Amino acid sequence: MTRHAAPFQQLRTLPVTVPGNGQRPTVIIQPSRGLLRLDLAALWHYRELLYFLIWRDVKIRYKQTAIGVAWAILQPLLTMVLFAVVFGRFVGVSPEGAPYTVFTYAALLPWYYFAQAVTESGRSLVGDAALIRKVYFPRLFLPLAGVLGSLLDLGIASLLLFALLPVYGIVPGVRLATLPLFVALAMVTAFGVGLWLSALNALYRDVRYAVPFLIQLWLFASPVAYSTSLVPEPWRWAYGLNPMAGVVEGFRWALTGRGAGPGVALAVSVLAVLVVVVGGLLYFRKVEATMADMV
Amino acid sequence: MDAVAIRAEGLGKRYRIGERERYLALRDTLVRWARAPLRALRGRTHENGSIWALKDVSFEVAEGEAVGIIGRNGAGKTTLLKILARITKPTEGHAEVRGRVGSLLEVGTGFHPELTGRENVFLSGAILGMSRREIQRRFDEIVEFAGVERFIDTPLKRYSTGMQTRLAFAVAAHLEPDILLVDEVLAVGDIEFQRKCLGKMQEVSEKGGRTVLFVSHQMNQIRRLCRRVLWLEAGGIVETGPTPHVTAAYERAMTSGNDPRNEHREFAPNAKARFLGWEITEPRGPEPHILTELAPTTIKFRVWAQADLGPCHHGIVLYDTEGRRVWGWATDRLPVPAGASTFVYRFPMLPLRPGFYSWLVTLFDETGRLDSWHVVPDLLIATDDHQHPRDEWSGILNLPATFEVVAARRAASDAQSR
Repeated sequence: MTRHAAPFQQLRTLPVTVPGNGQRPTVIIQPSRGLLRLDLAALWHYRELLYFLIWRDVKIRYKQTAIGVAWAILQPLLTMVLFAVVFGRFVGVSPEGAPYTVFTYAALLPWYYFAQAVTESGRSLVGDAALIRKVYFPRLFLPLAGVLGSLLDLGIASLLLFALLPVYGIVPGVRLATLPLFVALAMVTAFGVGLWLSALNALYRDVRYAVPFLIQLWLFASPVAYSTSLVPEPWRWAYGLNPMAGVVEGFRWALTGRGAGPGVALAVSVLAVLVVVVGGLLYFRKVEATMADMV
Repeated sequence: MDAVAIRAEGLGKRYRIGERERYLALRDTLVRWARAPLRALRGRTHENGSIWALKDVSFEVAEGEAVGIIGRNGAGKTTLLKILARITKPTEGHAEVRGRVGSLLEVGTGFHPELTGRENVFLSGAILGMSRREIQRRFDEIVEFAGVERFIDTPLKRYSTGMQTRLAFAVAAHLEPDILLVDEVLAVGDIEFQRKCLGKMQEVSEKGGRTVLFVSHQMNQIRRLCRRVLWLEAGGIVETGPTPHVTAAYERAMTSGNDPRNEHREFAPNAKARFLGWEITEPRGPEPHILTELAPTTIKFRVWAQADLGPCHHGIVLYDTEGRRVWGWATDRLPVPAGASTFVYRFPMLPLRPGFYSWLVTLFDETGRLDSWHVVPDLLIATDDHQHPRDEWSGILNLPATFEVVAARRAASDAQSR
C-alpha cells in the first residue's frame, strides 16, 4: 500500500535545483494492508501513461496487416452475413419488423466491442509482464487501456451501420441520445470482466485457453443472433443477469427503434455489472501486491 | 545534516519457493486448497518452503547522495531496488521515499519493436515516468545522445542491437527524477557507450543534486560514481560505509576463502617441478594476496622440484583484468635445487591502479615446459588512489606524484642568488 502525502503537481517539470526543499512527495512503502484502496492520486498522476498505453495498443493492433483497420468492419460484417444465412434463412428467426441484417449488425457492434475489450484486457497483464517486473505504474491501467483502446474499432464499425440505416429507411430518432449509456455499460462490463480475467491470468495461465471459449458461450447467451422476445416473459429479469443482454438490446433499441426498451432487465444488468466490477477491483488489488513476483 | 531521501527500516521480502516458477496451474492451487485442512491438522506453518530474499535491511540515504549497492548474485540487490521502486511490496518493514523515483532495472523497458524510434522514445519515456512535455523538450537531446538521427522514423525492429541499446539508454539517461535507481544496466553496450552513460550519470548525481542508488558488479564503476557503498549478502547488510573501505573489504572477501579453481589445478603426475603457491611477504597486509601500501614489495613463489634441475628458463607476466600485460620479465640458465625453494621478487613498489591482477609464472628446462601457472588467488591491489577520478583519464599506473607551479622569474632569481 502506498500513500502520497503531498501533491505531485508542479513538481513534475520543476528542475530540481534546491535539494532539501520540503515539498517533495513522500511515498511510504510497506506491506499491503486493507482491502480497497484505489489510490486515485497515483492514477491521476500517471494519467498520461494511460494515454500512451492506449495509443500504443491502437498503433500496433493492425501493424503489418494488409487491410489494416478494415478488419474492424469486416469481422462484424461477415458474421452478420453468416447469421443472416444460418439463422435468418434456415432457422427462420424473425425479428420484430427490422430487416434481419440491420437487426444483427446493431447487436454485433457492441458484441464485437465487448469481445475485443475482454480479450485485450484479459491478456494485458501477461502481455506486459516485462513491464510489470521492471517498472512501477498503476497496474490498473493495463486492463483499462484494453477497454478504452477497443472503442476505436467500435467507432469504425459503427460507420457502416450509419451507412446501412438509411438504405433500409430507418431513422434512429431521439433514442439515439441514449446510445452512449449503452456504450458505457458495455465498457464497464468489459472492464469488470477484464479485471477478473487479467488478474486470474497473471496467476493461472489456464485463463488464456478459457477466454475464447467463454466469449463464444457468452455470444450465444446474449441476444445477438436472436431476440430477447424468445425468452419467456417471467424470466426476462433473470436474463438481465447477463449484462450484455441489456447492452445488446439497448443498442438495437437506440439505433433501430425496435425491440424491447430498457426495463427491469436493464436495472438487473447494471446491478450485476456493479458486483462484477467491485469484486474485480478487490481481487485485482489483492493480486497487484504480488503481481511482479508472479506474472 | 542533509535531508533524507530514502529511509528504510527493517525491510524484508519473503518468496515462497513455488513462486519462483513464474506461474502456477489452476490445478496446483486446487490441490493446495484441498490439502489445506489436512495441513492445518498437522500443524505445519506457512514458513515451509519459503526464502527471505531480503531480511531486516535498514539504511538511510541523504538527498543528492550517490550510493553503490554491491554483493554477489542473489544477495538481494535487485529485490531491494524493486521494493524501493514500488514494483513489489515488502513482506515486512517499511521505507519512506521522498521525491519522484525513476527506476532503471533494464535497458529498453517498454520498447516495442513495431513502433518507430520516435514513437518508442515517447512510449518508453512515459513508462519510465516522464511527462509528454518533458519528452518533447528533451527529444532532440535524446536522439543526439543515442546517435540515431537518421533512423528515428524507422521501426525499432530494423535497428541493430547496439542502436536499440543506445536509444534505450538515451531515454533513461534523460530522466529527471529526484531519485534514480539503477540496476546493472551499464553491463550492456560497448565500452565507449558505457563510459558515456557513466559520465552522464555522474553529471546527474553531482551537478543535478539527484539521489542515485546504483547496483553494479563493476567495482571501478562503483568507485567512480559513489561516495558510499552498501554491501549486501544473503539478504542482509554486511557493511556500509565509504566506498574505498567497503569495496576493498568486499574484494578481500571475494579473493580469500576457497577458490574452487585451486582444486582443479592439474599436474602431470611425473612433473619434474611445479609452482605451489604465492604470497606477498612485504608489506604485511591483512591477507597474503592483497597489497595495501605503495611501499617496497616482496613477492614470493614457492616451487618444488623432484631433483636438481639444470639450466632452467623462468618467466613471469603480470596481467590486468582486461588481459593486458602490465609487466613481464624472464631469466635463463637458472639452477633449481631439489625439494622446496622460493622465487623471490623485490619491487621498489607496485604502483598500479587498484583492482585485480594475475600473475603468470612459467618454468622450462631443456626438455620443455615443466609448469605454467596462472596464479590463484589473484593479486588484489587495494592501495590509496592517486589517479584522475575519471576512468578514461586515469590510465594504469597509480603514482603518488607531486605537483607545483614554479614561476620562471623566481626560478631565475633563485639561480642568481646562488
